[in-house]
Amino acid sequence: MRARRVVPGFGLTLGYTMVYLSLIVLIPLSAVFIRSLGLGSTHFWEVVSAPRVLASLRLSFGASLIAALTNVMFGLIVAWVLVRYTFPFKRLVDAMVDLPFALPTAVAGIALTALYAPNGWLGRGLAPLGINVAFTPLGIVVALTFIGLPFVVRTLQPVLEDLDKEVEQAAATLGASAVQAFVRVILPALWPALLTGFGLAFARAVGEYGSVIFIAGNMPMRSEIAPLLIVTKLEQYDYSGATAIAVVMLVLSFGLMLAINALQNWALSRHGVR
Amino acid sequence: MASAEPRRLTRPGQPARVLLIGTALVFLGLFLLLPLLAVFTQALAKGVSAYLTAIADPMAWAAIKLTLIVAAIAVPLNLVFGVAAAWAIAKFEFRGKNTLITLIDLPFAVSPVIAGLVFILLFGSHGWFGGILREHHIKVVFAVPGIVLATIFVTFPFIARELIPVMQSQGREDEETALSLGATGWQTFWRVTLPNIKWGLLYGVLLCNARAMGEFGAVSVVSGHIRGLTNTMPLHVEILYNEYNYTAAFAVASLLALLALLTLAGKSLLEWRQPELRRAVGPARDRTARRKE
Repeated sequence: MRARRVVPGFGLTLGYTMVYLSLIVLIPLSAVFIRSLGLGSTHFWEVVSAPRVLASLRLSFGASLIAALTNVMFGLIVAWVLVRYTFPFKRLVDAMVDLPFALPTAVAGIALTALYAPNGWLGRGLAPLGINVAFTPLGIVVALTFIGLPFVVRTLQPVLEDLDKEVEQAAATLGASAVQAFVRVILPALWPALLTGFGLAFARAVGEYGSVIFIAGNMPMRSEIAPLLIVTKLEQYDYSGATAIAVVMLVLSFGLMLAINALQNWALSRHGVR
Repeated sequence: MASAEPRRLTRPGQPARVLLIGTALVFLGLFLLLPLLAVFTQALAKGVSAYLTAIADPMAWAAIKLTLIVAAIAVPLNLVFGVAAAWAIAKFEFRGKNTLITLIDLPFAVSPVIAGLVFILLFGSHGWFGGILREHHIKVVFAVPGIVLATIFVTFPFIARELIPVMQSQGREDEETALSLGATGWQTFWRVTLPNIKWGLLYGVLLCNARAMGEFGAVSVVSGHIRGLTNTMPLHVEILYNEYNYTAAFAVASLLALLALLTLAGKSLLEWRQPELRRAVGPARDRTARRKE
C-alpha cells in the first residue's frame, strides 16, 4: 500500500464543496423551514388546510402521479425499442428523447398549448370528440408527461442493455412464451430502474411550473397547481402563506424520494441486481 | 447501443415488433416532435420578415443579453464547484460521502418556484438580510443578482453529478504517478486530471448551460419582470405570449428551441466520443454502484 494520501487537495476541495453547498443550497433552504416555524402551528395549519391549498396540492401530486405512470408505461416501450430493435433514424430518435431536458419549460408550455388549444393542430381534432386538453387538468398531465419522459427512458436503457439475453433464451427453451419470459424474467430485473425512473419523473413533475402554467388555465380549485399558488401568494405579499405551502411541498417531495430510495434498495437486495 | 440484429429465439414475432416500434414512434412524435415543430411554424406563421422584426426588437435583445450574462456567471461558478466536489468525492474516502452526494442532488428535488422563494425570504425587503441590503442600497431580489442566485441554485448539481462518476471510474493511479514523478498538485490537476475528464466536463457544462439559459420558474419569482432590465429570454417569451403577441413570443421561443437542438447535438457528439457519458442520468449514487472497478 502507498501512503494514505498521496493525492493532495482533500482539505481544499472538500472545504470549498461544503462552503459553496451551504451558501447556495443548505442555508437558503433552511430559511424556508425556519421561517415556517415563526408562523406558529395554528396559523400554519390554517394556511395549509385551506380548501384552495388542499385542492392545489391534490392536483399537483395527482397529475404528477398519472404523468409519471404514463411515462413508466411508454418509457418502457421506448427504451425497449431503442435497445432491442433497429429501425431507420434510430440515432436521431434516441437523441430526441432528451429534448425535454434541453428545451426551456416556458417554450414547451406555449408549444403544447398551441397544439392542444381548441384551434390547435391536435385540439381541433379532439374538440369534436368532447376532449378538451388545453386549460383543463388533462393539459397539466400532458405537460408533466412531456417533462418526465427522459427520466424513465434514460434510467431503463442501461439496465436493458446489461440484461443477459441468455436468461431469456433459457426461459424460452424451457417453454416460456414471450409474454411469460417478459413478466417472469425481464420485468423483475427492471423493477429497480422502473422505480427510479418513476421517482425522478414524479419528483420533477410535482415541482414543475413553467410548462404547466400556460396550458393549465389556472382556475382556483380546478386547475391551479401548488407551485402557482405559491407564486400567487408571493405576488400578494403573503410570504407566510407561500412559505407554508413550500414547506408542505418540500416535506412531501423529500419524504417521497426517501421512500423510493428505500424501496429501490430493498428491490436491489432482493433481486440481487447490481 | 444497438447490438446486432437480436437472435430470434425469444423475440416476439414480427407483428409485436412492428406494434412496439409504432407505439414508441407515435408517442415520441406526439410528445416531442410536434411541440418542436409547433414552435417553428408559429414563429414563422406571419412570414420571415415578421419573424426577423420580432427578434430584432430591442427588448428581445435586452433579454438575450441578460440571459447570456446570467449563464456566463452561473455556469463557471458551478463548474468550479463541480470540479472541487468531484475531486473530493472521487479521490478520497471519507465518512458521510453518500450523504454529501445526496445533498448535492437536493436542488433537483426542489420546485424551481421554491428555489426563487428561498431567495426572497433571504434578501427580499422583509427577508433576513433585507434591512442590511436596504441600508447599503443593494438590490438583490427583483434585480439581476437575484436572477443569478436563483439560476445557480437550480443548476447547482449539473456539473458535479456528471464529473463524480467520470472521476470515480478513472481512479487515482494517473495522479499518483504524476506526483511520484515530482509534479506539484496543480500541475497534476492541469496536465493529468483535466485532460482525462475534459469530455465529461464539457458534457456537464452543456447541460448546465441549457438549464441556466432556459430556467423559468425560479427566475420568474425573483425577477420582478422589468422589461429591458430583469427579463431573461424565457420571461420575455411569457410576457409576449400573455400580450397575445404570439408571433413574437414564438420567435424568441424559437431561439431557445434552437439552443436546445444545439445542446442535443453537442450532447450526442460527446456521447459518441465517450460512450460512458450516456449512462449519466439518474442519481449519482446509482451510477457509483455501476462504475467499472
